[in-house]
Amino acid sequence: MKNIVCAFIVIALYSACKQGSTNNTAKLPILGNREPVTKTVDGKQVTDTTYSTIPAFKFVNQYADTISDKSLDGKIYVADFFFTTCPSICPVMHRNMLNVYKEFKADDNFRIISHTIDPKYDTVPVLKKYADKMGISGNTWWLLHGTKEETYQIAKNYLVSVQEKKPQGEYIHDGYFVLVDKQKRLRGTYDGTDPAQVTKLIADIKTLKTEPDQVNAK
Amino acid sequence: MKLAFFTGIVLLFIMAVVASCQSEDQVEFSRYYSGGSVIYLAHCQNCHGEKGEGLQSLIPPLTDSVFLKTNRSSLACYLKNGLKGKLTVAGREFEGEMPAVADLSPIEVAKVLTYITNSFGNKSGLINLQQIEADLKNCK
Ligand code: HEC
Repeated sequence: MKNIVCAFIVIALYSACKQGSTNNTAKLPILGNREPVTKTVDGKQVTDTTYSTIPAFKFVNQYADTISDKSLDGKIYVADFFFTTCPSICPVMHRNMLNVYKEFKADDNFRIISHTIDPKYDTVPVLKKYADKMGISGNTWWLLHGTKEETYQIAKNYLVSVQEKKPQGEYIHDGYFVLVDKQKRLRGTYDGTDPAQVTKLIADIKTLKTEPDQVNAK
Repeated sequence: MKLAFFTGIVLLFIMAVVASCQSEDQVEFSRYYSGGSVIYLAHCQNCHGEKGEGLQSLIPPLTDSVFLKTNRSSLACYLKNGLKGKLTVAGREFEGEMPAVADLSPIEVAKVLTYITNSFGNKSGLINLQQIEADLKNCK
């Protein structure tokens, strides 16, 4: 009797594990608030879920080109927040982000955007110089300049916390990399200071690219 | 015979003294070096990297033994006052700014400099507290 119970438990555990692992590879979660919306389709009531998405925005990149939400239509992208004179976590984040850049720089449907949280110092020429020194070129990785208000506002949409600590003008911010899909929904957040999490981000981008929603989106 | 025995004892004694001196140096070096590795991790690694590799053209590597040797007596001042302007390290040009690592005490500076000048392919021995104190007096 005891043996049978044991065997049963083992089988139950095994199938639970198996279930978990297949779920993992199939689809990434969708993050953020969600709301059920009821609408009428073909005369029938249908309840759908809407997910929070990144709202419209307008910033300027290191080439002084205007970058808006439209520039990212049909693209999977990763967003983060930094400043060029950051003495603490930014060098680590961008050492890790460079791996993401190298992996996907040939893919025109992929972008990285790094918002500066110190727009006063990090003007467009300063961002260009930073990009040059980082050895990044082309349009894969945009360094974005905007007003402080716009930048701090959009950080909230990415669930990233950014603050200015006065009076020293120091900044405190999370080192998160946020993965956004072609529908501008949040699909993952990763600690950009941890190489293992950034490796996971690279794997998740590959997974995301194969989802039907992403393959079919323009 | 007696003389040989006596010389033997003296030789042994000298050898023992030399050996114990060496190991005392060794112990001191290890103390600086391992303390330095902890300080490196907390204060330098984010910028200069786990293997002292630096970051692209933004932050220079710590692998240029010749640079470190040539500027050995200025290294303490780089940490105390920060460093700014053009540098040639490992055959490449850098022009950045390292903020002062002001909260390090002289003994911590000695430890972390012992660590970097004996890691990442460098091997130039102990930099002790007395040296650092002298170097810090000559900061520009
Ligand atoms: C905020 C990033 C940052 C931190 C933290 C930092 N450095 Fe630097 N370091 C730099 C930059 C940038 C330069 C180059 C400055 C220049 O171009 O004039 C530099 C230059 C140096 C140099 C001389 C050039 C070379 O590469 O040999 C040494 C030595 C050095 N740093 C050691 C250290 C040590 C030891 C620590 C920790 C106690 C440390 N640094 C912490 C950014 C940093």
